[in-house]
Amino acid sequence: MKELTINIFRMDPAVDNAGKYKKFNVPVQEGMVVLDAVRYVQENIDPSLALRWNCKAARCGSCSAEINGRPRLMCKTRVDMLEEEITVSPIRAYPLIKDLVTDVSNNYEIERRIPAFRPKKGAAQPFLINQIDVTRSQEFRRCIECFLCQDVCHVIREHNTNYIGPRHAIKVASLDMHPMDGIDRSPMLNGDLGLGFCNITKCCQEVCPEGIKITDNAIIPEKERAVDYKYDPILRLARRLRRGSSAK
Amino acid sequence: MKTENSKVNGIQKKYETVSSDVLIIGAGGAGLRAAIEAFDNEASVVVVSKSLLGKAHTVMAEGGIAASVANVDSKDNWKVHFSDTIVEGVYIGNWRMAEIMTKEAPDRVYELERYGALFDRTPDGKIMQRAFGAHTYRRLCHVGDKTGLELIRTLEDQILHRDVNVMDEVFITKLFIKNNSVSGALGIRLRTGEIILFRTKTVILCTGGAGRLYKVTSNSWESTGDGIALAYNAGAELMDMEMIQFHPTGMVYPPGVKGLLVTEGIRGEGGILLNAKGERFMLRYSPEKKELDARDVVARAIHSEIEAGRGTEHNAVYLDISQKGAKFIHQKLPGMYSQFMDFAGVDITKQPMEVAPTVHYQMGGIRVDPETCRTNIKGLFAAGEVASGLHGANRLGGNSLADILVFGKRAGLAAAIYSSKTALSSISTEEISKEIARINSFANKKKGLNPQTIIKVIGETMSEKVGIVRDGKDLGLALTKIQALRKKAKNVGVSGSLKFNPGLLSCLEVEGMLTTAEAIIRSAIARKESRGAHTRKDFPKKDPKFKKNILSYKNGNSMKLKMVSVPSMPDRLKQLVKLEVY
Repeated sequence: MKELTINIFRMDPAVDNAGKYKKFNVPVQEGMVVLDAVRYVQENIDPSLALRWNCKAARCGSCSAEINGRPRLMCKTRVDMLEEEITVSPIRAYPLIKDLVTDVSNNYEIERRIPAFRPKKGAAQPFLINQIDVTRSQEFRRCIECFLCQDVCHVIREHNTNYIGPRHAIKVASLDMHPMDGIDRSPMLNGDLGLGFCNITKCCQEVCPEGIKITDNAIIPEKERAVDYKYDPILRLARRLRRGSSAK
Repeated sequence: MKTENSKVNGIQKKYETVSSDVLIIGAGGAGLRAAIEAFDNEASVVVVSKSLLGKAHTVMAEGGIAASVANVDSKDNWKVHFSDTIVEGVYIGNWRMAEIMTKEAPDRVYELERYGALFDRTPDGKIMQRAFGAHTYRRLCHVGDKTGLELIRTLEDQILHRDVNVMDEVFITKLFIKNNSVSGALGIRLRTGEIILFRTKTVILCTGGAGRLYKVTSNSWESTGDGIALAYNAGAELMDMEMIQFHPTGMVYPPGVKGLLVTEGIRGEGGILLNAKGERFMLRYSPEKKELDARDVVARAIHSEIEAGRGTEHNAVYLDISQKGAKFIHQKLPGMYSQFMDFAGVDITKQPMEVAPTVHYQMGGIRVDPETCRTNIKGLFAAGEVASGLHGANRLGGNSLADILVFGKRAGLAAAIYSSKTALSSISTEEISKEIARINSFANKKKGLNPQTIIKVIGETMSEKVGIVRDGKDLGLALTKIQALRKKAKNVGVSGSLKFNPGLLSCLEVEGMLTTAEAIIRSAIARKESRGAHTRKDFPKKDPKFKKNILSYKNGNSMKLKMVSVPSMPDRLKQLVKLEVY
């Protein structure tokens, strides 16, 4: 039977000072994905190998890893499209827990900071919305929270800023572009949530397994809204008048 | 959280303690909806889940939520939905659960919309509905073929904006019961290996199904029947465990994705089934409903075609939607397009798909009270796939998402009310220490038996002997096998510590998997007829003697079975449903 060689990162930060790659040989099956190979190792060779997986159908976003240096879902990466020797490492933007598993819990903390959907005041219920108006927001709702876009984002990897990252930027956009939503989050996104640090290198949308146009359809429009908001002379005047009248 | 020590046999055992009014086990749709309701009714709520928050098996629900909002077919209403549910559940479903679900599903859908979910729309701007197997009208409210994902994200958002304590990647190993009421639970936090004692007034089990007992399944890694086993060991009654739904269409090729779900939405949107000879065989099996008959009917038809030698080279049949054109498919079925493109290299806008039945859902489960979802153990509730009653012998597509929202909410409310009238009870340190010692006994065990060797045999046994068509002899052999595995399972163990050790987790899951398998097999042996999803070669007909629910429960160290009558419907509902014929 044909075999492949897979190098898997091993480390328990509580015990080891440094990680190492361990080499395993795994029998090849037709249509095999990297997750199959890693699970083969976990199930048959070393049951203590830490990995996350759940649906094995690219729908849950649990099995994110760096495969030959590129952020990918293990369940969606066929071994026959890779070179003969495969190297699997944990995603680097998050603290390591063990082997291929990282601590992604800060994503939930970020989500707590983004105001949830709040219907427009006085909107008749049940809502009447045109399909054309839901399509834009629905693109971002395809996100499976694999956090590969967060992993590849150089702002997150290399700079200590308040930027929440691409996953959460599209979350904000999905709420802002909800036709019945009554909150405008773009000032917050461009302020406290640090979108200004993104210099639109588009790495995030390149790695998105769902093919969401993160930069083109969410980040750039949100940046443009901020510019409109800040510099549009008519809006500025309107704001000043509003402030003036409320001061009275 | 506070740390405590207990001493048994001179070994110090440390654990954290977390207290709450309501402990919810499972963070799928039912668990999250229950959490919202319990929290909004003033209870302190802890949610634990085996996987990360937002990854539960609910994300894989594709087709939609069945609710008679009548946006597309104006004749639809709860009465028709009720009748469809009872008839297709082959008359052993609980009438009151079906009534509650069909009446309340529309409210739950609109509530989801108020929480921010964005459904596909009709031309006049209402929530769009699609046709699904054996639903009289187009009834499934949907978001493309990713309805479950939208549902989970929407509920997740609600939870994250409430003061609910979510502890993900925690596995519960035991429920503590005192005087027939819940007193707490013990769990292990996978990320650190810490042991956590949950002191709680109520537990809501929302752990989903047990598809992973089978080799070929559409279910996530998580679906190992944990909740069934926890409830059984706590003394709760299980019901209709033999009723395992085979979804007619799972992927078959390549081998790595065998079993992966191919949504019924494809047939709902006009996909047709063909055998290897190119015949549209459903015209023979079900001339009226054709591809859109109930799942048990379509699954058996596909099985028969393959058995008769009219299958493809991979023992499958073809499902074809290409006649609808690329634009339509990309809009309505984007997930299916990429699933086949990425995993099989098949372009479904041009080529047919190969499909065969795959284990999909467990109609049976914990026996619950229809109004409150409580079990026969005080303070113990169950909702969603882990509970039983609603679906009878066969579940209609889309009824599971309605189920988790409707009964998740009801369970959350009932648990909040119950906990407001109850005090926390104590848990004996001896029991705690015993369970901690049991967990530890599997770790750092270099010479232990790899739990996967047992899990593999469970999968083969269930798939081969407790499959889509069963007979007494095979079921007997399966039971013997499972009992032998139980003895063998005493030796499981893995190297490595308690910290994020998937092998250890498997050790902890194995016993529950065996218990669940045993309940399925024993109930399947007892039901000597063919009804809904349960087909017996040796008893091919439906039999009025078995218009019963089969209970299984723990009695000492063995499993006991009992047949009980299906609660009889009041006259006002009887007139909605056509009479059962034999």
